[in-house]
Amino acid sequence: MHEMAIAENLLEIVLDESARHGIRRVDRIVVQVGALAAVVPEALTFCFQAVSQDTLAAGARLDIETVPVVVRCPLCGELFEVEDRFDACPDCGPVVSGMHMVSGREMTVLSIEGQGDEEGAHGHDGD
Amino acid sequence: MKRGRTVMTEIKVPVVRNILEINERLAAENRRLFDEKKILAINLMSSPGAGKTSLLERTVEGLGGRFGIAVIEGDIQSSYDAERIQKKGVQAVQINTDGACHLDGNMIQSALNALDLDSVDLLVIENVGNLVCPAEFNLGEHHKAMILSVAEGDDKPLKYPLMFQQSSVLLVNKIDLLPYVDCDVAVIRQRASQLNPNQAVFEVSCRTGEGLDAWYAWLEDRIREVKNA
Repeated sequence: MHEMAIAENLLEIVLDESARHGIRRVDRIVVQVGALAAVVPEALTFCFQAVSQDTLAAGARLDIETVPVVVRCPLCGELFEVEDRFDACPDCGPVVSGMHMVSGREMTVLSIEGQGDEEGAHGHDGD
Repeated sequence: MKRGRTVMTEIKVPVVRNILEINERLAAENRRLFDEKKILAINLMSSPGAGKTSLLERTVEGLGGRFGIAVIEGDIQSSYDAERIQKKGVQAVQINTDGACHLDGNMIQSALNALDLDSVDLLVIENVGNLVCPAEFNLGEHHKAMILSVAEGDDKPLKYPLMFQQSSVLLVNKIDLLPYVDCDVAVIRQRASQLNPNQAVFEVSCRTGEGLDAWYAWLEDRIREVKNA
């Protein structure tokens, strides 16, 4: 159940960004999770609901985008999506040194949407 | 004071922050300490009962005397494993995760404070028995090492790809049980190699000692790499 640890870390980032940008109530959070990251979206959603109770992120919608595992062949430089093989390129065949993983292990907060008061909105520091 | 509806504004903030950024930062701090002290750090992972503590007992016998070894034991409860290791005469500190299914960078930092690192060449961090979550949390180690015992079956690389993909070395343990279990080591090798063709694979028995010399030699090479870095 590492989703609980992930949910706690996610909440910390959401509260930190909300404070910096004057968000008083969080409506929606978009996160990216790599297909290889072994995160169960339902479990993460459930854990986030639990840890965000009584915070300004309570009731926020958590949208979890799954990022496919994409690798680059070190021989031809082509990018391709993998199911379970990291040792062969569809064009070059077996690659002894293995593929370079480009995506698939993400665990990233992409955006936070919410309601802020006028003052908070003006306090947006633009980063 | 004027009462009424507060004017609220829609705010959308692009963020792009790693959810595990705090852990990554602590892991990087641990790693700096290991590099500064020239200590090889190994994050040892497997399912419960695959033989992590038995491997450590053997490793202390195999390398001890020539290298200073320290162990961090991660378990949900009990200090049984640390006591087993301490009996072998090496420093061991126990972390009880109180339910958490993996170790994280912060727990390692606290444990490091309890160790005298000056005479240590090799630090093995024995993670909580679990094939899923430990692979996700960096501890600052130089290498992840995993054990799969033959009693668990040759389908495990298919079911738990991340750990196989992330581990520099795979120890296939309990090969003395091969006559009694339906497990094909060639299939484990083939499936693991598809996930991680650079992975070193050693077939061992911590019970009989078979095959362990190759593991000790691998560790010695890595210890030298860190010393000479």
